Amino acid sequence: MTSAELNGLYQQMILDHARTPYGFGLTEGAISRSHQVNPTCGDEITLELHLEPGTDVVSSVRWEGHGCAISQASASLFADLVDGLPMPEISTRIDSFREVMRSRGTIDPDERLLGDAVVLAGASRYVARVKCAMLAWVAAEHAISLAKAA
Amino acid sequence: MTMTSSQTVAQPLTHSEILAIREDFPILSTTVNAHPLVYLDSGATSQKPRAVLDAERTFLETENSAVHRGAHTLAALATETFENARATVARFINAADDEIVWTSNATEGLNLIAYAFSNASVGRGGIEAKRFALSPGDEILVTEMEHHANLIPWQELAARTGATLRFVPIDDGGSLRLESLDELVNARTRIVAFTHVSNVLGVINPVELLVARARAVGALVVLDACQSAPHFALDVAALDVDFAVFSGHKMLGPTGVGVLYGRSELLNAMPPFLTGGSMITTVTMESAEFLPAPQRFEAGTQRVSQAIGLAAAIDYLDAVGMDRIAAHESALGAKLADGLRAIPGVRVLGPGPGEARVGLASFDVAGIHSHDVGQFLDDRGIAVRVGHHCTQPLHRRLGVVSTTRASAYLYTTDDEVDELLAGVADVSAFFGAARRGARDERPAERPEMRGTL
Repeated sequence: MTSAELNGLYQQMILDHARTPYGFGLTEGAISRSHQVNPTCGDEITLELHLEPGTDVVSSVRWEGHGCAISQASASLFADLVDGLPMPEISTRIDSFREVMRSRGTIDPDERLLGDAVVLAGASRYVARVKCAMLAWVAAEHAISLAKAA
Repeated sequence: MTMTSSQTVAQPLTHSEILAIREDFPILSTTVNAHPLVYLDSGATSQKPRAVLDAERTFLETENSAVHRGAHTLAALATETFENARATVARFINAADDEIVWTSNATEGLNLIAYAFSNASVGRGGIEAKRFALSPGDEILVTEMEHHANLIPWQELAARTGATLRFVPIDDGGSLRLESLDELVNARTRIVAFTHVSNVLGVINPVELLVARARAVGALVVLDACQSAPHFALDVAALDVDFAVFSGHKMLGPTGVGVLYGRSELLNAMPPFLTGGSMITTVTMESAEFLPAPQRFEAGTQRVSQAIGLAAAIDYLDAVGMDRIAAHESALGAKLADGLRAIPGVRVLGPGPGEARVGLASFDVAGIHSHDVGQFLDDRGIAVRVGHHCTQPLHRRLGVVSTTRASAYLYTTDDEVDELLAGVADVSAFFGAARRGARDERPAERPEMRGTL
């Protein structure tokens, strides 16, 4: 009885990531941290960047928070995508993701840039859910700006 | 508790009566996501009958002009219709016409009171307004279940005047804990502001107890009637409150119009909040003198067609009968809450089985976020509210971040409640059992994307 649209929004990979998230749990030694709140629902995320010493390469993204399946899966997919990438490269991918999410479903996501996170593109058709999907990526963008300033 | 005896004996609406009512609401026969709309978000905003849409249109097509100014025929007609709308509201809540102030919504009404008191606190309004002035040592009392609209204006007023904001706590079931009311409402208490009906819990608060205690210490009572005025007969004189606010759009009326009720003697002693045209008697380059209430609080061009639409909404509600609407919604609220409680993993906030609640229920589905619940239901054409419903402290107190709320109105059918219950019963199966464990290893089956461009 569920529609193709709903199954497209909640693809199995999203449900899997939401249930068993990657990068969940904060650890010592982060270079920067961002806390973001979605005021419409009270969802929160705290996201931290860890760098490989002496480089701008993010060795790992760690995060904690609570929210809907879309926001939790998005944080997990983001952490999975960018671990091991230099910060400028991560910024490029955040920009690409934002462009897709703001497109109301009109822009196909670039799998070379976004990897498994392309499964979140379905959320771009649901205006009310774009913020859910963006939450971790906005936190990461902020954390990168803080890391650069540090 | 606040219902009159006649409400307890009123018969709920019959199925055929509800079907006839639904015919008056064009939006209720639309489809959403290929399903007939099941609108269970009336607590956020109600749908509007044709009579309301027609009243606004007719006014705009035949009488529209500026009210309370101009000597031409249309101006007189418009003024008369506008003031008749005020009289309709006054009669609806058993107040006098000059005790009804138009606002944009209930939020503006609460801010109006808070800012008038704030202005009195810095000496505006002269000697008459001194009774509203707050200073350090004074206390304002709210409750832990307030909508942000009946919390933040008081936080801000306290911050501006040095007064202390306190609150009545709630118990785990969402009822006010009144055992320490005599201490909470004391000689320092100046304002007691609370909601008549919680927009989340559906509980009806004991207005009489709070008013009696406020009267004993000389505190003013502000009642948030947003979730009561639309749903059962509201008699501000019988309740003996000093102020009451509600919004038109939650009671079949248009958006952009709300009502502030204030006892005439108080309104006429309060300094204005918004100032400008239409609220003055004499203006010089240095100062101004103000009209009595309600015009004192109605600066600038008013929401005329919306007020007329609200009066049509009240006429519609009166024709159905507030007592019968209350009986219908009480039955729906019980069915909703009982049905939800019977679904494994569902926790219903607020009054327990057999306890009075209005026609709404907020609930948590274990391990599944309210946005996901709402999205799943929307796929079946069922519209519910998700999130914290502008009550973050209340949600925090009850240990939930967000909830899903289904809220009924006079046009809601038993079948719609059944559809909601069936939908909620299917939510857990779709999203899977709740479990969260961090995964530290990337799943082997997922492709390695690292470093690719």
